[in-house]
Amino acid sequence: MSGRELSYAQAVQEAMSQAMEADHRVFIMGEDIGVYGGAFGVTGDMVQRFGPDRVRDTPISELGGAGVAVGAAMAGARPIYEFQFSDFASLAMEQIVNQAAKMRYMLGGKISVPIVFRMPCGSGTGAAAQHSQSLEAWFAHIPGLKVVEPATPEDAKGLLLAALDDPDPVMVFEHKLLYKVKGHVPEAPYRTPIGKAAIRREGKDATLIAAGIMAPKALEAATILAGEDIDIEVIDLRTIRPLDTKAIFDSVKKTTRLAIAYEGVKSFGIGAEISAAVAEDEAFDYLDAPIMRLGGVESPIPYSPILEKAAVPQVDDIVAGLRALVKKRF
Amino acid sequence: MANATKSKSATGPNARPFYAKHNKPQLRDALRRMWLIRRFEEVAEESYVRGLTHGTMHLSIGQEASAVGICMDLTNADYITSTHRGHGHCIGKGAEVKYMFAEFFGKEEGYCRGRGGSMHIADPATGNLGANGIVGGGLPLATGAALAIQLRKGKDVAVCFFGDGANNEGAFHESLNMAAVWNLPVIYVCENNQYGMSVSTERSTAVKDIATRASAYNMPGVIVNGNSIADVSEAMMVATERARNGGGPSLIECKTYRTRGHSRSDRNRYRTKDEIEDWKTRDPIPAFEEELEKFGVLSADEISVVREEVEKEVNDGFIFAQGGTNPVPESVLRDVYTGAA
Repeated sequence: MSGRELSYAQAVQEAMSQAMEADHRVFIMGEDIGVYGGAFGVTGDMVQRFGPDRVRDTPISELGGAGVAVGAAMAGARPIYEFQFSDFASLAMEQIVNQAAKMRYMLGGKISVPIVFRMPCGSGTGAAAQHSQSLEAWFAHIPGLKVVEPATPEDAKGLLLAALDDPDPVMVFEHKLLYKVKGHVPEAPYRTPIGKAAIRREGKDATLIAAGIMAPKALEAATILAGEDIDIEVIDLRTIRPLDTKAIFDSVKKTTRLAIAYEGVKSFGIGAEISAAVAEDEAFDYLDAPIMRLGGVESPIPYSPILEKAAVPQVDDIVAGLRALVKKRF
Repeated sequence: MANATKSKSATGPNARPFYAKHNKPQLRDALRRMWLIRRFEEVAEESYVRGLTHGTMHLSIGQEASAVGICMDLTNADYITSTHRGHGHCIGKGAEVKYMFAEFFGKEEGYCRGRGGSMHIADPATGNLGANGIVGGGLPLATGAALAIQLRKGKDVAVCFFGDGANNEGAFHESLNMAAVWNLPVIYVCENNQYGMSVSTERSTAVKDIATRASAYNMPGVIVNGNSIADVSEAMMVATERARNGGGPSLIECKTYRTRGHSRSDRNRYRTKDEIEDWKTRDPIPAFEEELEKFGVLSADEISVVREEVEKEVNDGFIFAQGGTNPVPESVLRDVYTGAA
């Protein structure tokens, strides 16, 4: 990779900083984002650069804090609300789901809620059941919200800047294990379009759909499978809602096999939605094998590292799954 | 309240601030708005009973003094958040009843283009950030609006209407705490009508007066007779002055009563007829009219003209709404997202 490299966390911080420099209405609020620099160091030294009014530590009040951000958005500000862990959004569902998502519709289009919720998510840190969930599907179920899940530092910056331009509420899911991953990030501000998937690897034997941390895992699996002459097409969704169904259907028609890898609990999730969308489309006729969902197991995320790994799909699971899938026929 | 009757003149040196500060057109308009709320809701209620409109609604009949007393000195740049019992706030902040009726009828001409109905009725152009179907939902929103004002170094205020029921929601406590910590220009107005649906405040709330909870958040908490527009307005003057000048948040508790049930399904099993009848004798509108006459602000004839004007506005509005445009089914997705057709 040529050019300037940043970590995913640095890319998120750069996006926020550039947005705040360009637009005085943008500010960030959340728990321990000031001098502490954020639980995962994402805001870093921003409080020194922008001051405590615009990099605002809140009390530990997720419902109130998220709601205050929603109210500020309704009154002309452009807030970013950082949940310390996306799990804590369960305390703020009222304001996200009943207020932010629906306000524009309920008021006949006369008010916008331009807010960005940042959602550090996912397992792998040994933080156990209440700090490790992948709840994207919850929010993707709510009309009025947009849900993005960047997999690379480049997209972390581009999707966040796009979210900050968006007049509607956007939830940005950032997998905690990605924060330290480095990659090429252009310095000048740019936008990654919301609602557009990326083909990360072209292939002809099967389509493997992933988002967030599952995208690099899927690529790693595809590289291993390439050594076995199995040619996997990897699609990084980048946006969960609105879903880029065209990219999915086009790929399925080409490869005739489909697997979906995601960390969220397997049932009633992203895999189900994508499977159903394909089943409802003419792309279904192209399938040569049943669709495969590689999702999290039906349990809370456990603490033991052995169990934690067993609870969500790992590269080996994806490799084994795809190896079986390409041999299957209806 | 009793002290209102102490001053003999509306404008003399002994006049209380409400009458000293407001001129005749302002006082007349306040009465007009109170009547507008009353008659709007009575006609809306009748319309539901006759099956002309559907859904549910929550009437604020008996609570008009707090809605108008709080809103009468606000500008369109000042925000309010409202509640499920929000028709009064909406009219108090300057909405027109014809577009409210149109909303009730689910018409495109309605304030929410038929998407919101009674529980979300609002005219954002007047600074109304919406009625809210979630008890306590508006508390963080008003607090956030106040934060936006503070961030842009504005002089405007945000006003949060909520009921006694909301004071036991976490959102109440989290919001008041943040408003105090950040010294935000927000005024919390609790319309304590004594029942959260069917449960009385005695059974639901550990303190006798909700205003005392303000002390936990280091802000002034005052109790007023919510059925006296003068009492409400004067408390609001103090709170607004404070908020506009960087003094931070306040809590005003308006003791009042809804003479109608919680909603259409209410059979009034939790309170007595005597209690309801007793509160009807404390109706805020005749009380205000009496003061206006006594202080020589409006004559009986002038008051009659106000009522006639209101009657015409309500009737015209109702007819306007009935003749409104039905939304087409294909437009169901419009405004889910910005630009969605």
